[in-house]
Amino acid sequence: MRPAVSTIWDWLAEVPDPEIPVISLTDLGIIRDVEWQGETLVVTVTPTYSGCPATAVINLDIENHLLSKGVEHVMLRRQLTPAWTTDWITDQGRDKLRDYGIAPPIDGTAPDGDVMARVTSLTGRGNMAVPCPRCNSNDTRRVSQFGSTPCKASWVCNACLEPFDYFKCH
Amino acid sequence: MPSLPDIMTPNAEELAKQDGGKGGHAPLPDADQDAFFEFLLRMGDNALILGHRNSEWCGHGPQLEEDIAMSNIALDLIGQTALWLGLAAEVEGKGRSADDLAYLRDVWDFRNLLLVERPNGDFGATLMRQFLFDAFHFHLLQALTGSADPRVAEIAAKSLKEVSYHLERSAEQVIALGDGTEESRKRMQAALDDQWSYALEMFLGDATDVTMAASGIAPDPAGLRQAWDDTVLPVLAEATLDVPDSTFAHKGGKQGTHTEHLGYILAEMQFLQRAYPGAEW
Repeated sequence: MRPAVSTIWDWLAEVPDPEIPVISLTDLGIIRDVEWQGETLVVTVTPTYSGCPATAVINLDIENHLLSKGVEHVMLRRQLTPAWTTDWITDQGRDKLRDYGIAPPIDGTAPDGDVMARVTSLTGRGNMAVPCPRCNSNDTRRVSQFGSTPCKASWVCNACLEPFDYFKCH
Repeated sequence: MPSLPDIMTPNAEELAKQDGGKGGHAPLPDADQDAFFEFLLRMGDNALILGHRNSEWCGHGPQLEEDIAMSNIALDLIGQTALWLGLAAEVEGKGRSADDLAYLRDVWDFRNLLLVERPNGDFGATLMRQFLFDAFHFHLLQALTGSADPRVAEIAAKSLKEVSYHLERSAEQVIALGDGTEESRKRMQAALDDQWSYALEMFLGDATDVTMAASGIAPDPAGLRQAWDDTVLPVLAEATLDVPDSTFAHKGGKQGTHTEHLGYILAEMQFLQRAYPGAEW
């Protein structure tokens, strides 16, 4: 059985991210290619962060889901280039993140090594506003550049006082 | 080939001469592969040992957020280790895996800088070391994105995105603690004074570096010093810290001559695989 590639993409869209189950692997933008090579389905996946422990689980979930759909031979291929970027998170994925209480990434705000221009919380220069995913206020502050997973930072809202995760631009 | 700005620095030529002129000749293919393997071990071992040191803070951070940050950075570094040592194993071609290289080599086979194996000390000392290394790591990876070897370039590009966040965070913390209370400033200054001479090992090239630079795989480390200064000095100034004027550099780590501290790290890190060979999670 060789289901159409578009059908495979639909199936992959049903596989949730193990850490943030409201978004799917396709929302996250980590599935880079789906292709039949003879009777083998080759799925190309790119890791989010190189040490993200979810990577192994993601591979297993992809394989299991496709096997459950009747695909007999699945091969997963890791691709590092081009490196994953949050720009690939779909609009739908961003809406789902916000509804779930995670502020979606603000494109174009990844650090570029110009540290002094980026030392924001201490010098007040170039401060970035991340709207609170609960009350939508822009009066928020960063608690830590690192949060509950490698891809997120910890923020808190000064208006509703709720802490929240911000999905870092990467 | 994309240009690597630091490849043919006078330092590299000088080092080649000191090396008996060997660097002046085209290296044998075998010698090249050996140097490449050494270089990859250096990349992997720096990430592995610093990652391990950071992981020692897990559950001991001064604040929950800082504890989490430390563990996240450790995780990034261990992930990068898997990529570098995976490529090292491939280049070596002796059937070893990244895990074999991490868990089954002894002290003298490790190629990390002495800086990263030093004990954590207090939180400020850990952050100062992280900052000094992050700035070097950032500029090194940036240069490596233009490596003649595409496998090196892609690992560098991947890692660079993560290390950019490490650098931003450590710079902020160094400023916050340096330009903080009297006590925190005192500790950060002590940490800087203490680690400066270890940090300078980062810029000491050797024959391996010369070979890598000549083949366009990696920059000569001495050529990274200017970029490092441009990143580090303004942050230290903002942190109200005095830059040590010493030019003395400890050396040996890159060639496998380590301090006594590395043995203790390996004893802990490798115990399981040594006691239960092949054990899996």
